[in-house]
Amino acid sequence: MDTARSRWLWLIGALLILLWTLLPTLWIVSLSFKQPGEVGNVKGFLPKDWTWQNYETVFDTSIFTSALINSIGISLIATVIGVTFATLVAYAIARLEFPGKRAILSFALAIAMFPVVSLVGPLFDLWRNIGLYDTWPGLIIPYISFALPLAIWTLSAFFREIPWEMEQAAQVDGATTWQAFRKVIVPLAAPGVFTAAILTFFFCWNDFVFGISLTSTDNARPVPAALAFFTGASQFEQPTTAICAAAVVVTIPVVVIVLLFQRRIVAGLTSGAVKG
Amino acid sequence: MAAITMKNIVKQYGDGFPAVNDVSLDVQDGEFMILVGPSGCGKSTLLRMIVGLEDITSGEMKIADRVVNKVAPRQRNLSMVFQNYALYPHLTVFENIAFPLRLAKKPDEEVRRRVTETAELLELTEHLERKPANLSGGQRQRVAMGRAIVRQADAFLFDEPLSNLDAKLRGQMRAEISRLQRRLGVTTVYVTHDQTEAMTLGDRVAVLRKGVLQQVGSPRELYEEPANLFVAGFIGSPSMNFLPATLDSSAEGTFLETPLGRFGLPDKITAAEIGDRDVVLVGIRPEHFEDASLVSEEKRARGTVVQAHVDVTEWLGNELYAYVPYEAPEDLAAQLRDLSRELDSDQLRTQAVVALDPASMISEGQEAELWIDTSRAHIFDPATGENLTRDEERVAALGRQAEQARLRQRQAQAGQAPTGQAGNGATQAKPDQEPPTSPD
Repeated sequence: MDTARSRWLWLIGALLILLWTLLPTLWIVSLSFKQPGEVGNVKGFLPKDWTWQNYETVFDTSIFTSALINSIGISLIATVIGVTFATLVAYAIARLEFPGKRAILSFALAIAMFPVVSLVGPLFDLWRNIGLYDTWPGLIIPYISFALPLAIWTLSAFFREIPWEMEQAAQVDGATTWQAFRKVIVPLAAPGVFTAAILTFFFCWNDFVFGISLTSTDNARPVPAALAFFTGASQFEQPTTAICAAAVVVTIPVVVIVLLFQRRIVAGLTSGAVKG
Repeated sequence: MAAITMKNIVKQYGDGFPAVNDVSLDVQDGEFMILVGPSGCGKSTLLRMIVGLEDITSGEMKIADRVVNKVAPRQRNLSMVFQNYALYPHLTVFENIAFPLRLAKKPDEEVRRRVTETAELLELTEHLERKPANLSGGQRQRVAMGRAIVRQADAFLFDEPLSNLDAKLRGQMRAEISRLQRRLGVTTVYVTHDQTEAMTLGDRVAVLRKGVLQQVGSPRELYEEPANLFVAGFIGSPSMNFLPATLDSSAEGTFLETPLGRFGLPDKITAAEIGDRDVVLVGIRPEHFEDASLVSEEKRARGTVVQAHVDVTEWLGNELYAYVPYEAPEDLAAQLRDLSRELDSDQLRTQAVVALDPASMISEGQEAELWIDTSRAHIFDPATGENLTRDEERVAALGRQAEQARLRQRQAQAGQAPTGQAGNGATQAKPDQEPPTSPD
């Protein structure tokens, strides 16, 4: 087969897939720049009159700004706590022999597969009784419990990749178990920790089910849930463009994070640890 | 610096398999001790028990008169070079070497001084700011050694440190390690499965087999007076030939009847010592054979000349190897096969490997006259493997000799210590002159 031709075929295929996946995103972006009244009245993919109006509306409404703060705060706290716990658990699973190790791993997997929706009802009741309903901890706790399994599995895979000798060498060099963990294992597992942190953050950031059902006011409602509460300028006007603008705003951090840490996620730090 | 004393050390794994079984071994202060044996013999496990990475099931481990059975590795003050170096990839060479000092919370100034000194000793000065990933295999090996010697450890432990290097570099590093150990005079335990390393580096060598200590002694003692069949077969390359033999007493004396022919009993053994054993194994090293036509008359009298069919020859320039197949009784052939398999050299047929003078004109497929230096032969009990011809007096003499040589060397070292060091290192050690083509 002709290599130049196959390269062209690959390129065309790649472009098609790119177009396919990017189309909805581009559509949302394009909608977010349209006049509110334009949707449904004027034909065409691109806006007729480009406008920042929707973004101004979005940042002027307290529904969105408070939701944004809630989302950022809740996701960050859940990520930090979750990844810290997951790092310790994953280290123990990868390195230590203790009874019930397999049970922990299977439990984690079972939790990850558990349908989220089935928990919403009981949690709603429980949270209302103990006063966690519509609070930050009320969301952080379920987020952590659902993000932990994923983070534990990712991280223990990373820890297993780190040669045992690294740690033993550190111990012989005079390190305590904790020092060996902190000075040798954690730096080596950094790409893994970043990966786990980013995955956890996205999970919390994108969640809708818990966000909509365990909150009732601006106190704790995250952005994905808040979008549903947008209203148009009048009852005859759909808030489509404003919702799209909000959607673009909440997508930006995700894109930025991925671009920033792409190299760290991909890079394997362990090269050169052992013989080459 | 410290002596290491092991008393009845046992390591049993969960399934009850003893990886190390009842090993008692004394490593003296400043001595270079080699642990050697085929793979799976427990030598690495023993080393890891010394350093504390492996629990001791029973027995007593003492370092400098302190029982360390329950002491954590970091409190034993030993340093170790791992087989795959175990460098910290996120730290520079400088920080890798400085790591033990940093953990000991030494002041910055001292850390810098000692790392710089160590780097000079190992010629790593220009690489201090690089990361391990960017170094060649030999350089990584030296960084690992630097990390081991930078602090004043009581002993150095090496776990097959050269097995990841190519042959040429291995030779250079071997000399380097030897020189370093002599200069620093630190007690060293070195695990290897490499014959050459075992014979050249150590003051004494301990041979292990399936977790059991077989023999401890100077390389010379192991080679010339092996304690049993296993040590005899393991030390030396190509390994010793074992010929089954029956005792044949007749009017003119006692003879050994072997597949290669009949020869006189070596002087050091009498028929009584062989006793009522039906069969014995005669061990003859390859170099104790010679082409009979090249042996002078007087030398000829010391040994025996036999007729043998030479199957294959290998001419190497400095040596000529000839392979002489022979028939052995079924049960003994099986035993010899097991032994060779255990020695990691799966020999399929019973054959003698003989090393002849390269001037010899013996060629393949020929009936040749071979002279055997029977005075150097050993006789083994096939049932127990015991060496029936071991000369205890000579063993003791060899031991004393080796000990004296070591002490002399240490005294000489102490005399020229501070000034002689730098000069020595600069003129002899040039590990950086690795050939540019040497693969990583």
